[in-house]
Amino acid sequence: MGTPKVYWEDVKVGQEIPTFVRRTDYMNWNRYAAINEEFVYFHMDDEAGRAAGQKAGFGMGNLRFAYMHDLLREWIGDEGVIKMVSAQYRGFNFKNDVLTTKGVVTDKRVEGGEHLVDLDLQVVNQSGENTAPGKATVALPTRGK
Amino acid sequence: MATQSRLTPAMKAEVNKPPVTKVSPPISLSDIRKWAIAVYWPETPPRLFWDEEYAKTTRFKGIVAPQEFNPFAWPVRRDREFEAGGNPPPNPDGTFTRTVGNANVNAGSDHEYGAYMRPGDIITAVDRLAEIYEKTGGRGGNMVFRVREDRWTNQKGEMVKINRGTTINM
Repeated sequence: MGTPKVYWEDVKVGQEIPTFVRRTDYMNWNRYAAINEEFVYFHMDDEAGRAAGQKAGFGMGNLRFAYMHDLLREWIGDEGVIKMVSAQYRGFNFKNDVLTTKGVVTDKRVEGGEHLVDLDLQVVNQSGENTAPGKATVALPTRGK
Repeated sequence: MATQSRLTPAMKAEVNKPPVTKVSPPISLSDIRKWAIAVYWPETPPRLFWDEEYAKTTRFKGIVAPQEFNPFAWPVRRDREFEAGGNPPPNPDGTFTRTVGNANVNAGSDHEYGAYMRPGDIITAVDRLAEIYEKTGGRGGNMVFRVREDRWTNQKGEMVKINRGTTINM
């Protein structure tokens, strides 16, 4: 077993975890399209984005969902486990947006022998708009184990 | 004045259709590595996803896939209904027909995770439409919400993921 980055005992309700930041454009979206086979025209073409009622082409909600996982993994390291993540895609991700994915601890509990931490998540753009509110639960190692 | 419902009997009947089962090809190390590179771009992804020697030192005892990894991308047999997210291709002259009022957009994801996916795993997905409903949108028209429930298991019968995904036809 490796060295844990964070122990359950050290987590405090209300604590903000380190953010995960990405500036996104077609370089990010095309790579994500290639791995998830998500070749939707409005993710690839500004005119298609305008035809769908937006100001330009836009990025995938699924990529922001992946950023939420990145945020959690960067915090818990390889000895923690993501148990659940949920997100709602309420805003769009346009070219050159700087997306800051954030998390704040809302609860910690022991359930089924696992030491769990619940978090509220958000993916905020450079204008302060929360484009994707979400929730997560992670299981963390304890100092006793 | 009440907005006219867009839900037809045929659309409502989709909820009662039998689930669709899909089986993934074996997960490859290369697919895991590419996934990790893409979702961490432009930074280097964690070694757990590409460095076997390092991964052996972790609780996982080997490389695992990021939990949001999709082993069902790039099937050889194409399901045309879901090509391009159910949205129309460009016109023959290269222009796009305005799809406001009929565009499918990803509205949300809710994933519960179990066993991690590893190289060589074969994942079986059982997918069904769990809910279909409508809400009035900000522009006055009705938006149709579809919630699909997709349950994944690995070749050992372990639960890998339960995914509830919502799309909006707006």
